[in-house]
Amino acid sequence: MPDAPGLELIRGEIERDCPGAVLATSFDRNQAALIVDPARNLDVLRWLKEQPGQRYTFLSSLHAADYLPAQPRFAVHYELINRDRVERIRVKAMLDERRPAGPVSDTSPAPTGAGPASSPPAGGELPEIDSCVELFPTAEAQEREVFDFFGIVFRGHPNLTRILMPDDYVGWPQRRDFPIGGEPVTFTYSEARYD
Amino acid sequence: MEVERRSLREKQLAARDMLRGDLEGEDLERYVEERVVTTTFEKVQNWARANSIFPLTFGLACCAIEAPISIVTARYDLARFGAEALRASPRQADLIILSGRVSIKMAPVVRRLYDQMLEPKWVMAMGACSSSAGMFSNYAVVQGADKFMPVDIYVPGCPPRPEAVLYGFTKLQRKIMGNPDQSWRRRYNAYGTEEWARGGPRSEPSPEAAKAYAEAKRSVENLREETGEPSLA
Amino acid sequence: MTEQVVDRDREIMTVNVGPHHPATHGVLRLVVDLEGEMVRELRPVIGYVHTGIEKSCESQSYWKVIPFVERMDYVSYFFQMEAFCGAVERLVDLEIPPRAKYLRTIFLELNRIHSHLVWLGTTALDLGAISMLWYCFRERDKILDLFEMATGQRMHTRYFQVGGVIEDIPLGFEAKCRAFAEEMPIRVGQYEDLLDRNEVFLSRTKGVGIVPRERLLELGVTGPLLRAAGEPWDLRKATPYLAYPEVEFKIPVGTVGDNYDRYRVRVAEMVESSRIVAQCLDALPDGPHIADDRKYVLPPRSELSTSMESLIHHFKLVTEGFRVEPGEVYYAIENPRGELGCFVVADGSAKPARVHYRDPSFVNLQAFRDMAVGTYVADMIASLGMLDPILGGVDR
Repeated sequence: MPDAPGLELIRGEIERDCPGAVLATSFDRNQAALIVDPARNLDVLRWLKEQPGQRYTFLSSLHAADYLPAQPRFAVHYELINRDRVERIRVKAMLDERRPAGPVSDTSPAPTGAGPASSPPAGGELPEIDSCVELFPTAEAQEREVFDFFGIVFRGHPNLTRILMPDDYVGWPQRRDFPIGGEPVTFTYSEARYD
Repeated sequence: MEVERRSLREKQLAARDMLRGDLEGEDLERYVEERVVTTTFEKVQNWARANSIFPLTFGLACCAIEAPISIVTARYDLARFGAEALRASPRQADLIILSGRVSIKMAPVVRRLYDQMLEPKWVMAMGACSSSAGMFSNYAVVQGADKFMPVDIYVPGCPPRPEAVLYGFTKLQRKIMGNPDQSWRRRYNAYGTEEWARGGPRSEPSPEAAKAYAEAKRSVENLREETGEPSLA
Repeated sequence: MTEQVVDRDREIMTVNVGPHHPATHGVLRLVVDLEGEMVRELRPVIGYVHTGIEKSCESQSYWKVIPFVERMDYVSYFFQMEAFCGAVERLVDLEIPPRAKYLRTIFLELNRIHSHLVWLGTTALDLGAISMLWYCFRERDKILDLFEMATGQRMHTRYFQVGGVIEDIPLGFEAKCRAFAEEMPIRVGQYEDLLDRNEVFLSRTKGVGIVPRERLLELGVTGPLLRAAGEPWDLRKATPYLAYPEVEFKIPVGTVGDNYDRYRVRVAEMVESSRIVAQCLDALPDGPHIADDRKYVLPPRSELSTSMESLIHHFKLVTEGFRVEPGEVYYAIENPRGELGCFVVADGSAKPARVHYRDPSFVNLQAFRDMAVGTYVADMIASLGMLDPILGGVDR
């Protein structure tokens, strides 16, 4: 784990090479995090992976969180590891709900024809961010999972479809405003005919 | 009819005489009577079905490690109940053990497997998740497998011990043989508390159910009279 | 889907394997494109046991989350508990007592042996060495007896709590556990005797399913799969936690990276885990089994009738639970399958705002395509066994 001064050094060096990409740093409970502009996430990831002094080449986990009611609402987290020095760093890209991040490109992923909510609709209704599959092939299934549960579209992903929910499921289950579901348990006292 | 018990030595001598062709008259008659049982075809059929069930190798989640994998191992041997032959194809299986949580993506698959099984077939809902969704009251789990398929026996637990599964298995065998175990209604003398007896959802039991129920109730009362146990009422 | 191009020279047949199939480890569905017996393309379809555990956790207080997350990877349940409890302990900055560290390590290593035994039994069953199932499950029942002795349940024990373990081990556990740890290497030797010189087993696993080490690292694969390919990456040694800095053990590392190496790595890990258990039992310190901080840990029941503060703490913890300051933490440990990471977001209330598990089986499954494409169907089944996916963890 780079410590707090180390984290600031990293930020300074990224500022030199990719100015404006890192919005903030956070060193909380002994874990270092860089909060980046979602339009520049690939620049930061590539810098961290390929810079000779850094070499965070292993993407351990790609996941998202929903911070409703705080805004911006979504955050996509990238957990990176430098296996030689055994250091972890987290890159966090915050996304708003309906504003796509960065320029909206024409190349939306081809629809699979499996259902209305299976592949993402073109036109920027869902938050978008660039996919890092070329840098880290491990992100393929993990980005699909984030899309499945939060509705965050990853531009450039080869096959962005639902992975864990059924193909024709409507809704983004792990968003905070999605109901938990299930059915209420009927107890004896709540059933009138058992009086 | 009453047959008085003979000692082992007498029986051995009778068998030896029979092999020689020396048994005559009354001895011969008695020998034959001891070896003939009369019953109905249904009873024999049910007895055969109950004691040679072919379970389906079907495991969904955690309960799958306890059954069907752990109950066929040496400690909790399923083979002693005659159910050792687990078949992979639903066309050849009698019993499907729903071992694990049924998610909404898996429910049509399970229903299809159930439909592919040939009559007679039975379903055991093993564990809390397939009986009633267990602790997962959420969007992704079907709240109990009996929402989309009929279940014959429920085994509670999370996961149930293999002994519990085997106990459920023996109860299923009794049910197949036409002598279902009324369990707590028998123990606490609570006949008359069933839903159909109180005018509940389906107000009349099916004829087979009524017959089995009456027989069970009668046998319990006979047993109480014979042993002199006071009824619990 | 790309357009279908009719190719008159090749005959591709698309076959659906699963989700109900005698050889899949859990409800995994594979859509396989076959040309004769060779696998040309493979698409895994998962989600058939998705239980919405991560979403359910957001509506439970922190200690109620523990039984939920246990049921993800249902063969190595202690590891999920450790990942969550460790993450929450880092969120609240709680130090667990040394006895709890050693006890947790003992149970984690016993669970590792348990997981490898289940893997070995079912994989050998898939490959045709059916009698291995009975031998492996005989040992597995001994481990489950130990779990039942200490915690009351065979599986899904909810033994780890935030701050330590819920109960101290009973009398007689140490002796029984020590006897088991001494006996286990002998049993592993017996398993090796059965399989190591078995012609059929060797020809089915040697040279099959090789994926180069760099490709595995690109795909994010960790655990025995990575170690069999020659990379000595183990989080127990890289980022030591609990009692691992104080015990001495080796990490088995393979050379070629084929299925046979994966088998050897896991079998050797079983022996190493028994050594760790024996060392932890020898070095087990005395002391409390759970932390003393009453804000997060239930007070002992004997105090409830004498001390008013304990009663108040107990009431607060049971009804509402403890609150955690806002923050987020990612804590990773070494599962029998690889890196298990737990990501917890706290928002100041008594319930976590987000619990996410980075499950190793989910990420390792991406390597399956590389392992199986270009081999025969039978090799695909062998590779699936050696991959050791647990679909509860994949689908969560």
